[in-house]
Formats: sequence, structure tokens, C-alpha cells
Amino acid sequence: MAEHRATGPLLLRQVRYQNKLFLRNPFSAFFALAFPLMFLLLFGSLNGNERIGTRGGIRFAQFLTPGLLVFAVVSTCYTGLAVGVALNRDLGILKRIRGTPLPAWVYVAARILSSVWFSLVSAVLMVAVGVALFHVQVVWRMLPAAVVTLLLGASCFCALGLAVAALIPNGEAAPVVANFTLLPVVFVSDVFFPTDNAPAWVAAVGSFFPVKHFALAMQETFNPFVAGSGFRWDHLAVLALWGAAAVVVAVRRFQWEPRTPGPSRARRRAATP
Amino acid sequence: MERRAAIRVAGLRKAYGTVEAVAGIDFEVAEGECFALLGPNGAGKTTTVEVLEGYRRRSAGEVEVLGFDPERGERAFRERIGIVLQSAGVDRELTVQELVTLFGGYYPHPRDPAEVIDLVGLGDKRTARTRTLSGGQQRRLDLALGIVGDPDLLFLDEPTTGFDPSARHRSWELVESLRELGKTILLTTHYMDEAQNLADRVAIMAAGRIVAQGSPASLGGRDVAEAEVSFRLPPGVALADLPGELREGLRRHEDRVLLRTSAPTRDLHVLTGWAVARDVELEALAVTRPSLEDVYLQLTGASHG
Repeated sequence: MAEHRATGPLLLRQVRYQNKLFLRNPFSAFFALAFPLMFLLLFGSLNGNERIGTRGGIRFAQFLTPGLLVFAVVSTCYTGLAVGVALNRDLGILKRIRGTPLPAWVYVAARILSSVWFSLVSAVLMVAVGVALFHVQVVWRMLPAAVVTLLLGASCFCALGLAVAALIPNGEAAPVVANFTLLPVVFVSDVFFPTDNAPAWVAAVGSFFPVKHFALAMQETFNPFVAGSGFRWDHLAVLALWGAAAVVVAVRRFQWEPRTPGPSRARRRAATP
Repeated sequence: MERRAAIRVAGLRKAYGTVEAVAGIDFEVAEGECFALLGPNGAGKTTTVEVLEGYRRRSAGEVEVLGFDPERGERAFRERIGIVLQSAGVDRELTVQELVTLFGGYYPHPRDPAEVIDLVGLGDKRTARTRTLSGGQQRRLDLALGIVGDPDLLFLDEPTTGFDPSARHRSWELVESLRELGKTILLTTHYMDEAQNLADRVAIMAAGRIVAQGSPASLGGRDVAEAEVSFRLPPGVALADLPGELREGLRRHEDRVLLRTSAPTRDLHVLTGWAVARDVELEALAVTRPSLEDVYLQLTGASHG
């Protein structure tokens, strides 16, 4: 029988197309890059030089930069995939792909890799702005921990994004569900401000969800007063658990076809004379 | 030479809950043949095609497509089929060229993307983002994406719905050229002329069943059905004046006379001989057989198309 296309180049090409799509969609680029950057400029200018006693007295900008970096990664991976995949499913794009010889896992892997790639880009961008404008200090000895934390966090939130895409009924619900599940959690997750002195219930709610663990692990790697390599295995373990649970849901519930007879079909019928 | 079957369907059933969308159908499509499923909306055409494409699991029956069981969705199977779905989107921000190239890259032996784009008549839209295409142009892009992998078997689910007449004829020519390359084509349509123009054989579906199957010319026995001779009764001639041997099949319909006959050649000879002998002209003289549309409407029980 005919030989298949080699998987490596196939995956690479698919990632490149996925990247191209990301850059051509102004909304995805805005939410992943511009939005967190705006927060960094705003909050960093307001009180970037204040000291945080509960974090060994680091400057607020040193806390905020990795926090918003986490926000950017979560927006790209979680919101981006949940909304993007659900919309594409509604449009029948996933169904069309399913009818080609492209292996399903290559398609999904390409979407994940593309999201992780833009997570890295936004992370570098955030840190660069933090360093340039707010004198953020990069703690080089903890860079490996920062990279590992970033990759694990991005993977975890990609899996969560796919799981949510698998669970929600249609593309119109996707942005609502994604934002409604994310934004309240972000405010109790040490992304914009530390919750070290917050009431116990706030700390408890935050600690249940994965965003806070991602933020704390990332902020650890930016804290010059911390000794050692900066790996917070406890937080990373929680991220891994959430990620694993999300993978199970996504694999079991993922669908390639629109849930309801799609609006695109109704529109085409309506356009037919 | 006996041609092998590209598609073999026996006793296929597909139920959604208690609704049986396909209620036990059988047909075969030979390699290189163009086969059309014709029927009204909701007849079960798309469900049938989607079972053959591997999108749906059948409830019962046997299905073999190019020697594969489509349900298993093997990569080798998908490499040999092309699918033009009834409604499926594309990434709106990619160009025609990018998409066709991307899809071609999924197949081991794709056609040249530029050539495929020209073939479907999108040559001047090569660098246009797909969101700027009109409905008909998007449908042609669907067709391009279906054939870029150079499939042995092409599924076309209502490929020309929403086309203007010239775009339709161009698509027909394209399908014709694919047939000349020896491709097998399974087509669904609710356009009579499309089935008649493209298909070697047609199956008419209604309510989940195949109610008739055959070449467009012979469908529903219309090649052997009684012909109808009609003409306007000449002035001053009564029905009783017409040749006696024809009188049995005669009836009046408004200002015309209709003659049902299973021997049109002989009866026409009698009739025209009679007219020539009397030196009268039979105005609006015509011999007709039931059209495919007549057969279709009768079989599907629809009141109008």
C-alpha cells in the first residue's frame, strides 16, 4: 500500500499553519499578548516599587511580572484552545480534518504546540518589558525551574482548554464559559496581587484551582531571596494532577462534529435561491 | 471485463434513537462508475454517505468501501477517498492557496495545488482569504480540497447547491473529467438534471429506503413505460372521426387529444397516415415518455419538486 506521509514534517507543518492562524486572528493575539502587557504597564507604573513583606521584601514588579506571565500563558492555552476548538468544531473545520488522512493526534498536538510556542513568546515579552521598564531581576540560577514550570503550566492549561472545549455545547458558549471559569479564579490566585494575608476561605478557594499553584511556582523562580534551584515540586504536582484529569476528560468526551445542526448549514440553505 | 466494486452496501440500517434514518438499503458502485443518490431532504442520503465516509457507525448491515470497513477509519482508507461535505467550514484567515496546499500535504500523492485551484475555477482567488469568498466560491474550494489528494473515490454531498448555472456546468465538467481519469464518484443531489447528466446509475431514496435503482434512462421503467402521443384536434374533426383502431387509448385534455400507447411507432403511422389522407395538419404533435422528474415525484410521493 501507499506509504504514509512522515509524521515529523506533517506535525511541523501543521504547527506552522496553526501559528499563522494565531497571528492572523487579532483577538487571539490581543488576549494572549496585549492584554497581560497592558496590565503589566498599568500596575507596574502604579506601585512597582512597593515592597512585599510576605515574599522576603521583594519589589511588587518582581512579583507582578511572573504573575502576569502566568496570566498570559493561561489566556493563550486555556481560553485560546477552549474557544478556538469549540468554534472550529461548530464551523465543521474539525469534521473536515477528520475526513483526511491527517492523524487526529497530530492535529491536536499541533494546536497544543502552537499554544505552548506563543506562551513562550509572551513569557519572554513580559520578562523583557519587566526588565526594561521596572528593573525586574532575572535570577539566572533558577531559569531551568522557570522554564520547566512554564512548560508544565502551559501543558496543564492546554489540557484544561481542550477538556472545556469537549464539554461545552457550542462555540457561542465557549468564550462565556472560558472567561467565567477563569477570571474569578485569577483574582484569588496571586496573579495581580499576593493573597498571603487574605482570609482563609480566599486562600482555600485559590489553592483548590491550578492557577495559584502555577503563579506561586513561577514567582518562586523570580524571587532572588529564595535559596536553591527554585523548583516548587508541591505546586508542580498539583498542576500535573489537574492536567492529568483534564486529559482524561478531553480524551473521553472530545467530539469532531458540531453538536447541533450548525448555523453554517442554516445560513447556506437560506442563501440558496 | 468484470469491474470490481468500489462500494458494497448490504442491508444498511442507521437509527438515531427510535428514528430510522436509513431503513435497510442495498447497492453496489463499480470502480470508475458515477453513482447518484437522488431524493428529497430527509430521505437518508447524507446519513448513507456519512456511513460510507466513516463519520457514522452503522446500526446494522454490511459496508465495504475500497475493500475497507469505513467504521475503522484507517489512514490508508482516508488516503484514497476524497470528501466534499454538505456543509463544513474552513479556516477563514487562510488563503485559497494555503489551504489547498495544506490539505494536499496530508496525502501521499497529491495533485498540484495550483492546478487544482485552476480546475475548480478559483485561479483569480488564489491569494484571497477564504472569508472573502462567496457561497459558490466556497463550494468550489470544498471541491478543490476534496480532490487535491487525488482520491480513487470521491464523495460529493450536494456539490452544486447554491451554484449559478454556469458554475454548475463547470462543476459538471470537472466531475466528468474525474470520471475520465477512472475515478469512482458517489454523488447525492436533489437536482434531477444533475443526476441525469453525471450519473451512470441513480438510486432514488425516500424515507430511508431505495425506491428505485437503475440508469437515468431506465429508471422506474420509464424506457418501457407507455408513451404518450398528443396533438391538437384539427378544426371540424370530432374524436369519433379518428381511426377506429386508436380509439381505445384516446382521451381529451383541454384542446388536445392524448393517446396512450405501448406501440407508438405503429400508432403514429396509423394516425399520420389518416391525417395525410385527409389533408389535415396535426398541430403540436408530440411523443413523450415519463420524465425522470415524473418518475421521481411519483416514487418519492412528493407533490412538487
